[in-house]
Amino acid sequence: MLKLAGKVGRIQLVEVQDRPLLLQVSNNPAIPMVLRATRAFLVSEQELPEGYLHYLIPEGLEWRTQELEGKSSFTLLPNDYNYLGHGDIIRLDGQAIRVLFRANSGHNSLLVTEQCNHYCLMCSQPPKNIDDSWILDELEALIPLIPRETPEVGFSGGEPTLAGARFINLIRMMKSYLPRTVVHVLSNGRMFADESFARQYAEVDHPDIMIGIPLYSDDPDLHDYIVQAPGAFHETVQGILNLKRLNQKVEIRIVLHKQSISRLPQLCEYIARNLLFVDHVTLMGLEMIGFTRANLNALWIDPADYRNVLSEAVGILAAYRMNVSVYNHQLCLVNDDVLPYYRKSISDWKNEYVPECDGCARKSECGGFFASGVRNGYSRGITPFLPRS
Amino acid sequence: MSKFQGLDAYTRSAKYELLPFKFDRLEGDNYVITNMTGEYLEVAKPELHVLLAKDLATEHPLFASLRAKHFIRYADEQAPLDLLALKLRTKLSRLTGFTSLHIFVVTLRCDHSCPYCQVSRQMDGETSFDMTPDMADKALDFVFRSPNPAIKIEFQGGEPLLNFEMVRYVVEAAKRRNLDEKRDLEFVIATTLSLLTDEVLAFCHKHDIILSTSLDGPADLHNANRPRVGRDSFERFEAGLAKARNVLGVDRVSALMTTTDKSLPRVREIIDEYVRLGFNGIFLRALSPYGFAIKTRKFMTYDTERWLEFYKEGLAYILELNKAGIPFVEHYASLILKKMLTSNDPGYVDLMNPAGAGIAAIVFNYDGSVYASDESRMLAEMGDQTFRLGDILTDSYEDIILSDVLLDALEQSFTLSAPMCSDCAFEPYCGAEPVFHHAIFKDVLGRKAESSFCKRNMSIFKHLIGLMNSDASTRRLFMQWANAC
Repeated sequence: MLKLAGKVGRIQLVEVQDRPLLLQVSNNPAIPMVLRATRAFLVSEQELPEGYLHYLIPEGLEWRTQELEGKSSFTLLPNDYNYLGHGDIIRLDGQAIRVLFRANSGHNSLLVTEQCNHYCLMCSQPPKNIDDSWILDELEALIPLIPRETPEVGFSGGEPTLAGARFINLIRMMKSYLPRTVVHVLSNGRMFADESFARQYAEVDHPDIMIGIPLYSDDPDLHDYIVQAPGAFHETVQGILNLKRLNQKVEIRIVLHKQSISRLPQLCEYIARNLLFVDHVTLMGLEMIGFTRANLNALWIDPADYRNVLSEAVGILAAYRMNVSVYNHQLCLVNDDVLPYYRKSISDWKNEYVPECDGCARKSECGGFFASGVRNGYSRGITPFLPRS
Repeated sequence: MSKFQGLDAYTRSAKYELLPFKFDRLEGDNYVITNMTGEYLEVAKPELHVLLAKDLATEHPLFASLRAKHFIRYADEQAPLDLLALKLRTKLSRLTGFTSLHIFVVTLRCDHSCPYCQVSRQMDGETSFDMTPDMADKALDFVFRSPNPAIKIEFQGGEPLLNFEMVRYVVEAAKRRNLDEKRDLEFVIATTLSLLTDEVLAFCHKHDIILSTSLDGPADLHNANRPRVGRDSFERFEAGLAKARNVLGVDRVSALMTTTDKSLPRVREIIDEYVRLGFNGIFLRALSPYGFAIKTRKFMTYDTERWLEFYKEGLAYILELNKAGIPFVEHYASLILKKMLTSNDPGYVDLMNPAGAGIAAIVFNYDGSVYASDESRMLAEMGDQTFRLGDILTDSYEDIILSDVLLDALEQSFTLSAPMCSDCAFEPYCGAEPVFHHAIFKDVLGRKAESSFCKRNMSIFKHLIGLMNSDASTRRLFMQWANAC
């Protein structure tokens, strides 16, 4: 698992920085001076080019600090960050480093706010009720730095739409600076129940954006309980209706746990009957992280025990010719009829395997585990596929 | 104390209110409730009483489903109303399209002399039973007056291939007009395939024409139902089918069966014949009361009960086939299932409300008469001109579409106001069918209690619900059928 944020080693700043520094990483010694003045050079064994705003020196090359001593700003990078490469974007704030964007990853996700109007039993990113509008400042600075050829960027939270007009502005910026980049937003959809907000969003007319919205039950009370917010179900449904009325792409995301599994086939029928026009439905395994651990008794059901329910759910959505995907599941825990919809989905900086997987012949087709799952518990049903003799 | 609240904190304690629904008894104490968008739920009688008294407890297993299917809501909830409205609009959305299917009866001449058919003549050389180019032109004027973006032109007879020149004329003229009109234009020829030639097939291929043909079952049954000089109807069908599939593609040739009294004991053999010939489904049709069927009393030789036995036996066999891994559909069931299990309407003329007559489909007869449906012209051939809407040569589009004959029939048969239909739980799945009821009862409403249309369909609705309830795999299969048509 990749480390995305932490403390750096030694840092030398030749100029006083009163606010965090957003830097594009470069390993190209040949770029013109005017560009060097805004970027961070990733130091290797090669000769050091002059004129970069900042130099990133891997711990293993610590001896090269001598060449910059007193002359240029530099940061000594712990080995955890050896993956950094050209086009990546980092934030330096005192001793703290955060990798904001990885150019060679297809899974860049940008947190918009930690505030949320849900308090989901299984939240993997527990919300904080604090003013974190500095994040928006930073995103507004970040977007113009993201490489133009980036295939996809995600926005998550918290609840990104709580940023209101500034959320709409982020989407507008994505369209302006990165018109060919697919955007995926994780939102609970409730803000879109406000027709004028939904219209503002639609009017940005982003060329390729999808909103992923969770719907956990066809029973409003059960959905509201899972997200710990009374009235949420109806607002979410209204939000989805408004977005689709305005021809916006919507994905329904269902995290599978003891609560959502209890009426999963009914939920799928509800979607097929009422929300047939959504663009994608995803059925996702539970991440053993965040609030999930506090609510384990209410949430945990071994995927081995719900595999037939999952098959039924997928069967219903597929019968109605909906676009279905099963995410975050291990290959040995789904029935064969689920395979056409199975996606190897766990982000590259998250997926891992467990000892039971040793010798499995189909590991390369399998999404594996979230590191949190490996750490905090997983199905008793993990069984390696034997190589065909 | 935990910062999380339990489910009970999100369970509402207010009284729910009833949204519009109707109910009927299935069997014993088992009832079905339905709403106008076709959602249904089975409920036992005691629970139905509690539900209606608004006393059903929130923790009752039915409660969440009643809410999710929009049978009940809390007074402050707007989403259920929006969704009901959305689903109803979707179901009725075909109405805004108006007429799609336009039937051209290019000739009454036929090389077959089927006893149940009224609309054919045996005069091979005679042209007085052929549509003229003038009529075809006027009919095409009419076709393109329809606002529907999807236009289907179906050639019927007699045997349309006996006047293939007129088929060619209409197709070419329609395509020329469509250069400007830019409709989604589709052509179908209803033919026995007995007179299929390479030239006809080349033309069909060039213009992407679908062939709709007839197969009544095994050779002996088919030939008995469909007499022809040479007694070779089946042999010609089978040869023609292979040839047509080769040129046009397997899915461009469909088959319809006609049920006669001879068919009744042989439903498995009939289905087997469809399977053998590579069809992926069958339409188990009831014998219609029109044409010679009434006149020769063929219609009376078996009653609806017997036909229902035939249907249920056939459907059971088809379910067996599917369980054995042979995907095969019963098309009538799939049309009804679409109404039961989806928020769409298949647009099947017999099961539409308002009736499909004239506004979903319309018929241009060989003699210039315009009829509200295929059945209407059969009735006319038996001497009852009730549903003759006008003459294509002399009457305008407005004369015909706004004729009292048509509007009265549509209005008077409208199931949401028709006695016994308006409060029938199965109304969302059924249709108005004014022509059938007029044929039997001499009025477009008829007496539903005595209507074989009503009896037949009610039995099928109940049967399908019963099958879905008794077996999860059947329910899953039916979901696939519902979405395949």
